[in-house]
Amino acid sequence: MRVIRYLLSNPMSLFGLLLLLAFVLIAVFAPVLAPPQEFQLSPYDTPRAGFWATPQPPSDLALFGTTQGQYDIYYAVIWGTRTAFKIGLGVVAISVLIGMTVGALAAFYGGILDEILMRIADVFMAVPFLIAALVLTAILGKGIVPIMIALTTFGWMGYARVVRSEILRIREMDYVNAARSYGASDLRLIVLHILPNAFFPVLVLATMATGSMVLSASALSFLGVGTEEGYADWGQFIAYSRNWIVGQADNPFQYWYTLAFPGAAIFLFVLAWNLVGDALRDVLDPRHQA
Amino acid sequence: MMTYALRRLLMLPVVLFALSLMIFALQMSLSPTQRLAAYAPSDDYLKGGQESIRLMIEEYGLNDPFLEQYGRWIGNILQGNLGWSETARQPVAAALASLFPATMELVVLAFFPGLLLAIWLGSRAGIHHNRWPDHLIRLFTILGWSFPTYVFGLLMLLVFYSTLDWFPPGRLSQWAVTEVTSVGFTRYTGANTIDALLNGNLAVFWDAMRHLIAPVITLTYVNIASITRVMRTSMLETLRQDYVRTARAKGMPRRVVELHHARRNALLPVATIAGMELAYMMGGLVITETIFDYAGLGQFAAKSASSLDFPAVLGFGLYFAVVLVVLNLLVDLIYPLLDPRVKTR
Repeated sequence: MRVIRYLLSNPMSLFGLLLLLAFVLIAVFAPVLAPPQEFQLSPYDTPRAGFWATPQPPSDLALFGTTQGQYDIYYAVIWGTRTAFKIGLGVVAISVLIGMTVGALAAFYGGILDEILMRIADVFMAVPFLIAALVLTAILGKGIVPIMIALTTFGWMGYARVVRSEILRIREMDYVNAARSYGASDLRLIVLHILPNAFFPVLVLATMATGSMVLSASALSFLGVGTEEGYADWGQFIAYSRNWIVGQADNPFQYWYTLAFPGAAIFLFVLAWNLVGDALRDVLDPRHQA
Repeated sequence: MMTYALRRLLMLPVVLFALSLMIFALQMSLSPTQRLAAYAPSDDYLKGGQESIRLMIEEYGLNDPFLEQYGRWIGNILQGNLGWSETARQPVAAALASLFPATMELVVLAFFPGLLLAIWLGSRAGIHHNRWPDHLIRLFTILGWSFPTYVFGLLMLLVFYSTLDWFPPGRLSQWAVTEVTSVGFTRYTGANTIDALLNGNLAVFWDAMRHLIAPVITLTYVNIASITRVMRTSMLETLRQDYVRTARAKGMPRRVVELHHARRNALLPVATIAGMELAYMMGGLVITETIFDYAGLGQFAAKSASSLDFPAVLGFGLYFAVVLVVLNLLVDLIYPLLDPRVKTR
């Protein structure tokens, strides 16, 4: 309760929450805001108004203009919200699950198992994240699922470490010993008594990571191994804008809309998560209380 | 102390070994035909058709059991032969060595001024906790942190290159490249700025700087948040200590207490995070270098990763792991010097 009250009373986190709410609404009402056309195989395929390369400025037909290949920017920004939520929440949820399992096993059983699991985590940490994800996506092929697999594979270690150290701290507490003396099984101890108390540190980490995972996913798109051509994905649309950033000699801002709309979408999305995460960290960190 | 350092260094081969196994496993997920490309001296093998491909796969043993192939592969690497990079069109080791100075140039210029700025901002924010300097600094850093590097980079290009034409992409202008590769110009370090100064060629120096400014600003702004954040938290904690109150009670001026008593101690946690940040910069300039078309390690790694140039990926991975382990070790070794209370284990 204290946490929620703080989030709502702090102007920065309130702004973050409102932004998030706006994105949720956009994602939910995407079919109303940007109705897919009949001949589309999937609503995530951005409709195109031809095959001409040069972007076209905003007009009645295309609210935000069209980018390279005449893909409709407005449509992609709206449906891209769903893509961003899928990637951000999906990657973080799976990473948290893996990390929690590994961390809990390592901390609870200790000894050789702890040593092995944590060394494995060390090795994954010593891998350059973006490059590793890039290689894995390049092997798995284009699409949202390969991106999620790649980001999860190299993104679970932080949670494992946090959960492990939290459990090591909590395990020795009296109430855990009490529960054990009642004959509670290991699984029951971990899941019911210990993990709930490790919830907040993981929550902070996960909130922050949601934004950065969307950033990483879009970076993959930007580097050319992301989603399929024309898929409603902000990163890919920013990648398209790269070829048009220079404009023409007398009018450098000629194609501003190719970068401005998808760029603003991803910036605000990540900003929202960071604002909420930052405030969460503040309120949950005892060092910040006066 | 020495045993601790030794134990940490002994971990390095273990990490490197596991890393090589991981990358090799990724590589093995491709079909033998795909992997053949890495061995084939030229595209000629394709002309020979199916039969020639089959023979080549046979010759290089690409259908052998996993462990057998891994043994052969690691044997080559242990002899210092990292292999040939198709992306760079030269041996991997040579490519890494030639690109390293370029990346270091960027890292040094972006990291150290950024670190000082972050420390200054963080301590300001901590001192003025919950007042407007704190809010402003927080807003400024959080905005930078939320910018996708490439969006910020593209904006920089839009404003400072296409509109103002101040900071062009790349590493050097065409005329400067001619100058640098000419006979009269000695390459001491491979870093353009330093070499230009050593050769007394100020024109080339300014040209190199002009190309560095935009990526440096991008890197600094996008990366400043985490260190500022740690500095702020640590400052808040230190300012609440008894000794700070005692110093104030003795009648010491507020500024002296804040800057000399509190800030020095608050710097300790920054050392750890700064070490990590430096390591990630040395291996993670992928996006910045790609946007500004700056030929460094990051751009090379990204290119080779997306074209599945495995020898290059492995070489880069090994380089990064070494940087990470060594820098973390350095931070651990420096820490007791900063804080005498910390006894090395």
